[in-house]
Amino acid sequence: MPAFDQTLDEVLDLAATRFQVPREKLSPDDDFFQKLGINSLQALDLLTRLENHFRVELPDYEMQGVSDFRTLASRIQARL
Amino acid sequence: MLDLKKYQCLGEALRDALDRWPNEVCLIESDRDRERTRLTYSDFKETALPLARALQDAGFRAGDRAAIIMTNQSKWLISAYAVMLCGGVLVPLDYKLTATEHLALLAHSQAKVLFTEFHLWRAITQAPGFDSLAAETILVTEAPGSAGLVKAFRWEDYRRKGSPEFIPRKRDDWASIVYSSGTGGQPKGCVLTNENYLEQCTALTALYPFWPGVRYLSILPTNHAVDFMVGFIGPFVCGATVVHLRTLRPEFVRDAFVRYRITYLSLVPMVLKNLERGLRSKFDELSRPRRWMLDRLIALNRVLTRGKPRVGMSRLLLSQIHGAFGGSLRAMFVGGAFMEPSTLQFFYDLGVPVSNGYGLTEASTVLTLNDCKPFRSDTVGKPLPGVELRILNPNDDNIGEVAARSKTVMSHYLNNPELTAETIVDGWLLTGDLGRFDEAGHLQLFGRKRNMIVTEGGKNIYPEDIETAFDGLPVKEYSVFSANYIWPKNKLGNESLVMVVRLEQGQEFTSELREDLAARNRRLPDFKRISGYFVVGKDFPRTASMKIKRNQLAEEIGKTMDQTAVVEL
Repeated sequence: MPAFDQTLDEVLDLAATRFQVPREKLSPDDDFFQKLGINSLQALDLLTRLENHFRVELPDYEMQGVSDFRTLASRIQARL
Repeated sequence: MLDLKKYQCLGEALRDALDRWPNEVCLIESDRDRERTRLTYSDFKETALPLARALQDAGFRAGDRAAIIMTNQSKWLISAYAVMLCGGVLVPLDYKLTATEHLALLAHSQAKVLFTEFHLWRAITQAPGFDSLAAETILVTEAPGSAGLVKAFRWEDYRRKGSPEFIPRKRDDWASIVYSSGTGGQPKGCVLTNENYLEQCTALTALYPFWPGVRYLSILPTNHAVDFMVGFIGPFVCGATVVHLRTLRPEFVRDAFVRYRITYLSLVPMVLKNLERGLRSKFDELSRPRRWMLDRLIALNRVLTRGKPRVGMSRLLLSQIHGAFGGSLRAMFVGGAFMEPSTLQFFYDLGVPVSNGYGLTEASTVLTLNDCKPFRSDTVGKPLPGVELRILNPNDDNIGEVAARSKTVMSHYLNNPELTAETIVDGWLLTGDLGRFDEAGHLQLFGRKRNMIVTEGGKNIYPEDIETAFDGLPVKEYSVFSANYIWPKNKLGNESLVMVVRLEQGQEFTSELREDLAARNRRLPDFKRISGYFVVGKDFPRTASMKIKRNQLAEEIGKTMDQTAVVEL
């Protein structure tokens, strides 16, 4: 199982690539809606990509109330 | 469909529906690409009756309240029907609220029973105030085998043998308490009666009929009055099928259209715009000749459907596009927030009528709906049969507050006679929305009388609810407003919240203060955030009891400042 920091890095990399935002502009505690310029539907799209990348299944409710990369990564880490 | 005029209550109508169409499929539940459940009306009845019997044996009586906090799924509807069989009152709550908000509404509604999902129950048990939860019977779905449920039971095991006693209710008995989103400071529980629902169902199905074989894709939350009606009651009293998806990822929603050959669905503007964006980008990827052909076919479809939709013909002309929607789609319903006319036109031109409507929870949701005969993208349609609308105090442009009178208007707000008296005056529901009728009898909306916004996702946001997020902001005073309330634009769309700030004497708006404000703003869900702020040079007008006189403050600002003074966050 990868370390949490590696998971977090991969989440940030994937988000940056998917939504074409420079990686260096993203930090773990950033609000991803604001930093990526996305709405809740696009956030679900990000979740699907993360699932495919990490080979986990994340129910939609795992995103409820989540708006920063660090918490998102912790939800993924818990299922690895 | 059943003749709803014969029925006194929803429970009675549904009971007859289950017996009328025992072998028709009523529910399909899918999780990603896996179908989890497929129930006939007979299966539904066999699952609901032992649950209702167990509730009755535990002392659940006519008029008792049962809350449901679940994502859309078959267990939601089964639980609701079990409550109706017992003569109970449903309290459908939004699963997206926080656990603290759930506890507050459970207390306000005095729900005796709670049906919820395991992850939501876990959050509730960990929330402050959990010890004061008064619900006596809590049923939790899909709890893992080893999970401790505190004082709850597993929904799947909560059954008793023997038939429950069917408890009939009358038309004016309460059927549900539905909380209007956003509180303006207090919960607004709309008490809807059996008559409200039966009348609404009759009116809606007259315009858009259901029958056995029709499949409704239920993606709006069932706690909301729209999905409760068109994603439960409406299909069931017509022997039709409801399809639930446990995940709303766009790729699985697309698959569901095709796999289940969906007939109808309801959407909020945000989802429809997302769908439009996806289709447009696919069209842009076509080769030039194919794009040219597609544009010609769309233009031809537009001409041929000028007077009314011709879904069969549109499916032939634009077969690939309709194939992607499953080939059986007759209409999509949209409402809850402003919908851009260009998006509606886009779908209509493809031969997928999108019926734009308007209403509020206080009116069992739908007051007006477009029947697309002919298609109008610039209105929210005509009043439903049985609904009277009038425009109060129209200005020179004939725009005024929309008032409604109908058997679908709620009984009252729970425990709030003052607010009820302000909202339903001489039998007319004052909507707080501004509109006028055109020559064709269509309603056009132009803004709101109230200080609130409606998000693209259809959520009502009251500025007073947002202010608590900024408690402790080191300024003299502040207040949040809908920007359109201060600077009315006479049209809907592009709604935002702004904060007006009054600094202490000698205080400056430093970068630290701005960052403090921005950090507090970021802690709010994105749809509740303020878009900007501006500073005023005098103290806010207040009442003798020191409440801010919001109307006066908004008026003063509107007269003396321009919206360009707002600094974006």
